[in-house]
Amino acid sequence: MSWSPGDDVIAVQRAPAPGAAASTYRAFGATLKGLRMTFSRLVEGPKTIQYPEEKTPVYPRFRGRHKLHRFEDTGLEKCVGCSLCAAACPADCIRVVAAENTPEVRISAGERYAAVYEINLSRCIFCGYCEVACPFDAITMGHDYEMSDFNRSDLIFTKEMLLAEPLERAPLRTAGE
Amino acid sequence: MIVFAEIGYYEPWWIQILKALVIFAVVFNMVPLALLADRKVLGRFQHRYGPNRVGPFGALQAVADIGKLVFKEQFRPRTSVGWLFAIAPAISMLTATATIAIIPFSDTVDIFGTQVGLYGIDPDIGILYAFAFGGIAFYGLMLGGWASGSKFSFMGAMRSAAQLISYEVAQGLSLVGVIMMTGSLSLVDIVQAQSGPGNLWFFIPQFVGFIVFLVAGFAETNRAPFDLPEADAELVGGYNTEYGGGRFAAFFAAEYLNIVVVSGLIVTLFLGGWNIPFVDPPTWVDPIVVIVKMCAFIFLFIWVRATLPRLRYDQLMSLGWKVFLPLATLNALVTAILVVVT
Repeated sequence: MSWSPGDDVIAVQRAPAPGAAASTYRAFGATLKGLRMTFSRLVEGPKTIQYPEEKTPVYPRFRGRHKLHRFEDTGLEKCVGCSLCAAACPADCIRVVAAENTPEVRISAGERYAAVYEINLSRCIFCGYCEVACPFDAITMGHDYEMSDFNRSDLIFTKEMLLAEPLERAPLRTAGE
Repeated sequence: MIVFAEIGYYEPWWIQILKALVIFAVVFNMVPLALLADRKVLGRFQHRYGPNRVGPFGALQAVADIGKLVFKEQFRPRTSVGWLFAIAPAISMLTATATIAIIPFSDTVDIFGTQVGLYGIDPDIGILYAFAFGGIAFYGLMLGGWASGSKFSFMGAMRSAAQLISYEVAQGLSLVGVIMMTGSLSLVDIVQAQSGPGNLWFFIPQFVGFIVFLVAGFAETNRAPFDLPEADAELVGGYNTEYGGGRFAAFFAAEYLNIVVVSGLIVTLFLGGWNIPFVDPPTWVDPIVVIVKMCAFIFLFIWVRATLPRLRYDQLMSLGWKVFLPLATLNALVTAILVVVT
């Protein structure tokens, strides 16, 4: 070499270039190997989940659409209208208006209840902070992820919609998956 | 009158027209099937289903595709040369269709007392007929690219033309061995030379020729890994950039028809045409055998497309001129010596 590359240059050891016959043989072999590889993919069959007919299974902790809960024994709402979820919400999409429970009209287990509980799902980022902030586990994230609608105002979910038994259209992922 | 080539017509004219129609109908209907198979089988190779929404199992996808293209506006660039622009796709279609005529589906058979050869024509020039039309096919691309009046189309046409010419040489030479072993250019004679006990199908004694012809066939039909003319990931398109609607559909159909035709030629020349080893089936099975073998080769085309990455342009050229041309020449020489010695 007429020009010295210097001490810090690492000389790469390369295998000798194969001759014409060897490289032809190698190319042929590599082609057959590639063909075998793709054929095994063909044999395995498609992995596509055909979405509208079959749904992607979700994990148990998947954060889908919110659910509001009631006590199972008394049927009273768990939400006491404390607005901690609304305070925790980074997207500011929860609106809570609290009202006092009276002995005649008892809606929640606590002193107060949520007279208005609205989640604007077009703003929600599904972070799950509301779930974390709630002291009574009144709000949790469900598994429902099909929430598209034709109208923005339809995406403001009221308390009745959130309390209703959710559709749960998404299958849950099994342990082995 | 000068006889340029002995065609060997011995059938009444109405049988010739009838069988031309039948052969055209059968082979041309393989085009939408090949188109659909291409998309569906390619999908399976990539762990997906491919089109499965139009019709049962997506069977009508090809019809929908063609229907969409045919009903589109016939756009023509202002700079294009009108009539050339219009006939270029027709040339492509014509040359692809013309080659169907010489693919033999069976020997001469007796249909209700009439002797009918189950092939369009059996000219004495045989396979040269296919190469003649292969040579004209290049005008379809070249005129299409040039008449578009767009420099990108023209560049694409140049690329396609260079590729076609390079591989046509190797393809032609790879067949010399087969022709020498048969002693005839006629495709029917070539198939008959592969039938009967003791006669191997030519892909065994002519293995090198078979490989060269197959690879050159991929290049001739602009299929992956030689799909440089349209290289969908890199270019906007080749010679057909400015085409749309029915004219594009014609180019597209010609491409798939070429695949079917090349499959038919490979089956005829190297895989014994209508023969099945160790079995002598009745005559009516023969065309089915040919079509099944053709389908196998169409599958191979798709399989290769799913496997091999596209070649760079200089690699394509050096592969054609530096590897396949010497290989084909050598094959022809060795075969010539062996044919003379034995």
